[in-house]
Amino acid sequence: MTTVTVDATPKPRVERRALQAARLRLRTLALYAVSVVVGIGIWQLLATHYGPSLVASPHATLSATGDLARDGTLTNSIIASSRRILIGWGLGLVVGVPAGLLVGQIRLVRQLLEPYIEFFRFIPPIAFVTLAVVWLGIGESSKVVLIFYTAVFIVILNTSAGVMAVSESKLRAAASLGASRRQILRGVVLPSTVPYIITGARLAMGNSFLTIVSAEIVAAQVGLGSLIWTSRNYGRIDWVFVGIITLGILGFVFDRVLRIVASRVLRRYGVKL
Amino acid sequence: MTKAIEAGLSPAKKDGGGHGAAVRVDGVDIKFGSFHAVCDISLDIAAGEFLCLLGPSGCGKSTLLSALAGFVRPHQGALTVDGTPITGPDPELGMVFQSSEALFDWLTVRQNVAFGPRMRGKSRAEQTALADEYLSLVGLRHCADRFPPQLSGGMRQRVQIARVLANQPQVVLMDEPFGALDAQTRQVMQQEMGRIWQASGCTVVFVTHDIDEAILLADRVAVMTAGPAASIKTVYEVDLPRPRDESDPAALELRRSLRQDIGEEVRKSLRDQGLDPEDER
Repeated sequence: MTTVTVDATPKPRVERRALQAARLRLRTLALYAVSVVVGIGIWQLLATHYGPSLVASPHATLSATGDLARDGTLTNSIIASSRRILIGWGLGLVVGVPAGLLVGQIRLVRQLLEPYIEFFRFIPPIAFVTLAVVWLGIGESSKVVLIFYTAVFIVILNTSAGVMAVSESKLRAAASLGASRRQILRGVVLPSTVPYIITGARLAMGNSFLTIVSAEIVAAQVGLGSLIWTSRNYGRIDWVFVGIITLGILGFVFDRVLRIVASRVLRRYGVKL
Repeated sequence: MTKAIEAGLSPAKKDGGGHGAAVRVDGVDIKFGSFHAVCDISLDIAAGEFLCLLGPSGCGKSTLLSALAGFVRPHQGALTVDGTPITGPDPELGMVFQSSEALFDWLTVRQNVAFGPRMRGKSRAEQTALADEYLSLVGLRHCADRFPPQLSGGMRQRVQIARVLANQPQVVLMDEPFGALDAQTRQVMQQEMGRIWQASGCTVVFVTHDIDEAILLADRVAVMTAGPAASIKTVYEVDLPRPRDESDPAALELRRSLRQDIGEEVRKSLRDQGLDPEDER
């Protein structure tokens, strides 16, 4: 959060405002801390109540994290899953944004693609796991394609919604200033749609995290999802906990980075996150 | 539709010499589905003239303006600029919208104004020169590097005007450009508008529902009847010296006639909606 300094405002007031903002931030952080501590407390209670075969205690989870980190499993899992997510999600954006622009802009394209978008959007990626492995093998591509699948439709939907929300007067203004259809698409429609694209990208990122576990369900040697699945086979509830918590933290970090970068780089397009 | 004026050096135009084009509206009908918006309107607008279209709200003034800008096709009749039919949006027909939503918020003020020249393939230097020239004309040269959301409503409308003028159009169409501004800003903008029009020399078609604004700015005022199927009721010549003085007896006389005309139309429109204005007293 930045404080805007206005020349005409007397100094003490500005300082007071900055102080107030800092106090507000501190309060937020303190409340976060309280919430986390209470959460861990409840977790501890549940663990003592149900025992280590059902719920791994915070302490057990922490030491399991240490073990997994020491032998490199954790780092490799994070790297492997992140790579799949970033590639699949990135492809989803690269395909989804232009497709969404066309769907929103050209009625013929919309009418041709809409039935498929509306159809596939309700089929969860886990339904395609078997087909993905049968068609693409057990390598990286089957996982990346599943992430791509879960990302691309939401990007298309958001982008096309953004295109259809572009104000009529902006389009008319551009046309009467002499812009061609292509120039309008690049120079007016795309920039106006940026906030919608960013929302789509964030939702797609969430979907990618939801999908990574199912994508790694079969024949993944390494990855957070595969860690969770193989731990089950070994009866290591504590490793399952490590996988789940790492996934949550990783998702949070990815979203934060995306938000910060987008609001810095794309501020002029009205991206406020 | 030829223009000799090039970027940056437009002394010929600065003195207002013959840049505007004559606009002809000939028996124009506009329908939206079964809704008859505008019915059989004919108007001859001289090159370089400032014409106000005045009428009660919802009477189809903006519809007629949209047709002149090429956004809407008339159902019948012809619209021409210097004899050439209007077939679609055209940089020669600049449009200033009522809402500054028409500005591109992600571009600086200078880039907004340079948008037209850029679309038409002018060099970067020419774009900047044109943008700065017209920003100076509207008094916003010092805001060139800001973004539209950082400006006040009046300043944003000036940017819109500069953006249209930077294309050096023959005709400028204005759709209640000051309607959303506060009273003080509106007054300043109206005075500026007279100066800007004289400096640019283009033909202006200006839609408003504000009688005083029309008297202040127009060479002629065309009063429209209440819609649907609106037409031209009366055309008044405003033969007053510029800059205009609102307290001039002739201006007061004109205001009385215009008010009476508009009043009749508003009452008629209320009666059509089943609300008898006489009953309510």
